[in-house]
Amino acid sequence: MRSASTGTTRSAAPTDTNQVTSGRIGESARRPDGGPKVRGEFAFTSDLWADRMLWGSTLRSPHAAARIVSVDISAALSVRGVASVLTATDVPGAPLYGLEVRDQPVFASDVVRYCGEPIAAVAADHPDSARRAAAAIRVDYDVRTPVVDAEAAIVGAPLHPDGNLFRHLFIRHGDPAARGAVSVEGTYDIGMQDQAFMGPESGLAIPAEDGGVDLVVSTQWLHNDRDQVAECVGLPPEKVRLTLGGVGGAFGAREDVSLHVHACLLALRTGRPVKMVYSRQESFLGHVHRHPARIWMRHTADPDGTIVSFEARIVLDGGAYRSSSFHVVANASCFAAGPYRVPNALIEGIGVRTNNPPCGAMRGFGAVQVCFAHEAQMDRLARACGIDPIELRLHNALSSGDRLLTGQRIDGVLPVADVIRRTVALPLPPVASAADDPMTRPGGAGRTTDAGDVRRGVGFAVGFKNLMYAEGYMDGSVAACRLVDGLATVRCAAAEVGQGFVTLAQQIARTVLGVDDVLVAQPDTTIGSSGSTSASRQTWMSGGAVEQACLAVRDSLLTRVAAERGVPVELLRIQDARVLSHDGGVDVTVAEAAPGVVFEEEREFHHRVTHPLDTDGQGDAHVSLACAAHRAVVDVDPELGLVRVVQVATAQDVGRALNPVQVIGQIEGGIAQGVGLAVMEELLLLDGRPRNPSFTDYLIPTALDMPEVVATLVEEPEPGAPFGAKGVGEPPVISSTPAVVAAIRDATSAPLTRVPVRPDDIALSANGTDDERTMETS
Amino acid sequence: MAVAFPTTIDDAVAALVAEPTALVLAGGTDALVAINAGLTEVSSVVALRNVTELRTWRHDRDQVVLGAGLTYTDLLGDELGELVPALAQAARTVGSPQIRNAGTIGGNLATASPAGDTLPVLAALDATIDLVGPDGHRSLLLSDFVLGPKRTALDPGELIVAARVPLVGGHQQYRKVGVRNAMVIALASVALVIDPARRTVACALGSVGPVPLRTPGAERWAADHIDWITSTLPGGLADARRFGALVADDARPIDDHRGTAAYRRHAVAVIAERCLRTALKPISS
Amino acid sequence: MTGYALTVNGREHRVEEAWLGESLLHVLRERLDLPGAKSGCEQGECGSCSVMMDDVLVCSCLVLAAGATGARITTLEGLQPADRGAFSDVQQAFVDEGAVQCGFCTPGLVMAVHDLLARCPQPTGLEIREAISGNLCRCTGYGRIFAAVEVTVAARTGGRRR
Repeated sequence: MRSASTGTTRSAAPTDTNQVTSGRIGESARRPDGGPKVRGEFAFTSDLWADRMLWGSTLRSPHAAARIVSVDISAALSVRGVASVLTATDVPGAPLYGLEVRDQPVFASDVVRYCGEPIAAVAADHPDSARRAAAAIRVDYDVRTPVVDAEAAIVGAPLHPDGNLFRHLFIRHGDPAARGAVSVEGTYDIGMQDQAFMGPESGLAIPAEDGGVDLVVSTQWLHNDRDQVAECVGLPPEKVRLTLGGVGGAFGAREDVSLHVHACLLALRTGRPVKMVYSRQESFLGHVHRHPARIWMRHTADPDGTIVSFEARIVLDGGAYRSSSFHVVANASCFAAGPYRVPNALIEGIGVRTNNPPCGAMRGFGAVQVCFAHEAQMDRLARACGIDPIELRLHNALSSGDRLLTGQRIDGVLPVADVIRRTVALPLPPVASAADDPMTRPGGAGRTTDAGDVRRGVGFAVGFKNLMYAEGYMDGSVAACRLVDGLATVRCAAAEVGQGFVTLAQQIARTVLGVDDVLVAQPDTTIGSSGSTSASRQTWMSGGAVEQACLAVRDSLLTRVAAERGVPVELLRIQDARVLSHDGGVDVTVAEAAPGVVFEEEREFHHRVTHPLDTDGQGDAHVSLACAAHRAVVDVDPELGLVRVVQVATAQDVGRALNPVQVIGQIEGGIAQGVGLAVMEELLLLDGRPRNPSFTDYLIPTALDMPEVVATLVEEPEPGAPFGAKGVGEPPVISSTPAVVAAIRDATSAPLTRVPVRPDDIALSANGTDDERTMETS
Repeated sequence: MAVAFPTTIDDAVAALVAEPTALVLAGGTDALVAINAGLTEVSSVVALRNVTELRTWRHDRDQVVLGAGLTYTDLLGDELGELVPALAQAARTVGSPQIRNAGTIGGNLATASPAGDTLPVLAALDATIDLVGPDGHRSLLLSDFVLGPKRTALDPGELIVAARVPLVGGHQQYRKVGVRNAMVIALASVALVIDPARRTVACALGSVGPVPLRTPGAERWAADHIDWITSTLPGGLADARRFGALVADDARPIDDHRGTAAYRRHAVAVIAERCLRTALKPISS
Repeated sequence: MTGYALTVNGREHRVEEAWLGESLLHVLRERLDLPGAKSGCEQGECGSCSVMMDDVLVCSCLVLAAGATGARITTLEGLQPADRGAFSDVQQAFVDEGAVQCGFCTPGLVMAVHDLLARCPQPTGLEIREAISGNLCRCTGYGRIFAAVEVTVAARTGGRRR
């Protein structure tokens, strides 16, 4: 693919990732792109190259709130090597874009609403020329005081013509007056977490001869991007063709458009291919984050621990633009009480616009924030009732047949008690020893801590969330399967972002068609949408679409064989790569059953219909649910406030593990992100401006921070789910954070109502000052 | 020539004199961060990697002379690690293996970051920094070399050639607080050096002031309270705690995005106490 | 500036008309057509750009390319078997054990693990963790990466997997 001497033979085409692998459903098949990835031959979007290619760069606002008085690009145009400088007046199509609602300017022209908002884009012959030119653009700002407090924004003047409330949702369930004898309440804060994928945003836009544009880009949802790009560049959708490049992780941050429109505009303006690659700092400024939240909750229960009522007020800071805030509010509200039976509830969920950076999707999507709060509450309730916290959770655990806060009856599988019991049963780590290397203690490589300075704590948490989109969204996925001479090719626009859908698509095709050789075509917009790689939905949705397309091809093949051999098709089946009839009269390999004949079928898969929430937040809104439990063991140095997470044990409800190693990979990776939120990860803001947009200061766990993970899979197939499998990506990140924090509380008695837990919160908090208000109301 | 590759110290100085604005490139682990971010313009470079003399060290009975080009990985070597253990401990906390393989002690000195990990150790050891410039050699105490955050006494055309530290017979150690178990910039750090021969205690702090801070009051107090015959702390853990508190009195921390001043002050007290506690066996508390 | 030469994977490459401030990472990727090293942070914090320089593991983003003349540079492309589709034992173990997800960190990790095992053929668990602590991975939580290293060690030492 590449010559070693010049760049000219490097390709704008994504990697052919189809290494020969094998494995059917239920086996730990290897990734087809694993070989190219370990050899450095997998083409990430940042690796792409095209002849006469220019480099794009973005000018972003350094202010969180300002009026733009003027923009002068003349100095930028005179920088050597600059081909084009674009501002808002150069956008030929719609001036606004947005994941769900178009509320975000392609380039700010009059008002700046967050620090990092794009003002202009430059294309030049060298990335450094492009950066210098962007820096040479003179913008005269009338700087305003940013609104950075979510509560102030709720009641404050509108920051946008659409107003400040992205959503104000009430859930009213059961008897509003019901109260139990025991009451616990608390207020919890969740800091702004970043997805921090490893491969920064990048893309290559190539102008096409038909006046359109081809964009190879890292994304989670090609078709949604395509529609937004087409609107903004003023072209019909068919003239904007997107292909998925190699994606370096996503975790929600690639649901929204980033450089897509800018790169396409520059390519169309200059008539040359334009590559854009964000720096790490620009990546932090250029994508949405997990919503920071302040959550108040009050539980009441009978003295035996039976939950009687639940109240919550959830305020999610959505930042300057809407992104997916509307649905994050729903998720946070619907799952606010956790996987417990709650007969009476009143929940107020608010997503609000501020001058902070926009927030949107991140793995766990609203459930993460509330899980930290509800699990702290469950521990408080257990203490108030004098019940073991595990017993309290088991006592109230949801299961099939119970109702959610939204009134929806759980028809599918939700083995909450099972994941709790299975987690508790997992082995604990050995006790720490004075002989251990000091690097294994809190403080790690800094060797701050001696054996006697350590206290061990154990914490437990359970979480759940929905799988797939909700509230009546008509979700679907399209896949096509082509079979010729035993070689199957699967086409589907589902974005592979690292999670391993490519592996699964092969496993499904092999299982249905009984062949070994399965190619998975690079996803693009020449086929119908597969929806977003998010909400734990691709295994179900696109897995289902691939299965149906493959089944249709299988039926075509059997029909043809039946006709040729003069046997009823009902007597034919595929088994062990052969087409067989029950009487043994037909026995031929799939590869030889119909020489030269091309079988090709395309299918669209839908899950069952859901419904919007009504004005009381009631409705059959969710397709399916998944749960997990986490037990964390931590070693804490209470005096220094440093934490070493020793072990996280988990049992997860997976329906059925279609690829056990990949499931474990999701579990371990999700736990890493949960541990990160618990003890180190936060994008810090000062007046709306990120203070640590770098990997020097936005800390994610290293190999020395990662605990041992002990995992067990609870496999109870989900009715209606293809192969009985549930999505597995999100549950690991939901309850791992509260489990770690509960373990730190166990070791220290510090209240710890905020994540990430900072050393100050442990070391400078007077022990035993938990300000929970526990009262006997009867 | 945009990049000079001198092979001797004299040639390096000559190259610097010829191009006074040249970037002096040692390990590059700080310089490239600034260049990549567009914060540093580079018009010419004096690359030190072929100046082999800078990569050497030697010692006699009294001192170790550490070439400025020694990497953190070099400082971790068995022999140096035994001669100057606190420096090895500090070096092991720097960045990642990749950074330790490239970054140099000379670079740590030239950058003069308040969080530079070797600096508190060099301060506690009363290190002497050897410089060579167009006017010849001069030597400065570390405290006279590091003048402020990222500010040194280095003159134009001058090169750091070595750090000299005395060989001390007693206990020395370095502890560093950060919120991640590896690859983290110090929130607070402490270097402690106990010299039984001279009956002195030296303690220096990192990340709690504009420069590495010595703690003279705490040092004198500790020297007065140690039983130098038995190498113990008769006052026991209470004395160690008192030492930590005195150390914290000399901290001048600030609030920033990495941590609060209050925590930093607290942290140096705790780790200074622990350093002394493990250096000298307390009789009882 | 005028051109300079770099010795990469045993071959001399001329670099012409480059900016003086370009990192080795940039020159490898954009001028020498060696995109195996990845650019994840340009601050030496992620390790995705790891290469060997004079037999030590470094972040190529923190090496000034024009200052690397005369050094022996080995990238992933030069470390692995030349045949496409052939793997070193470390690479094979990464594929087999599920140590690869998005794969962006993978080239740097493969370099770091090769370097570790060359220096320390039978590392302890802690030594493995310390050796790759400069290689951030956001997908895997490192668990399958540890497994891949252990499998490689076991195979090299003829022992069984721990």
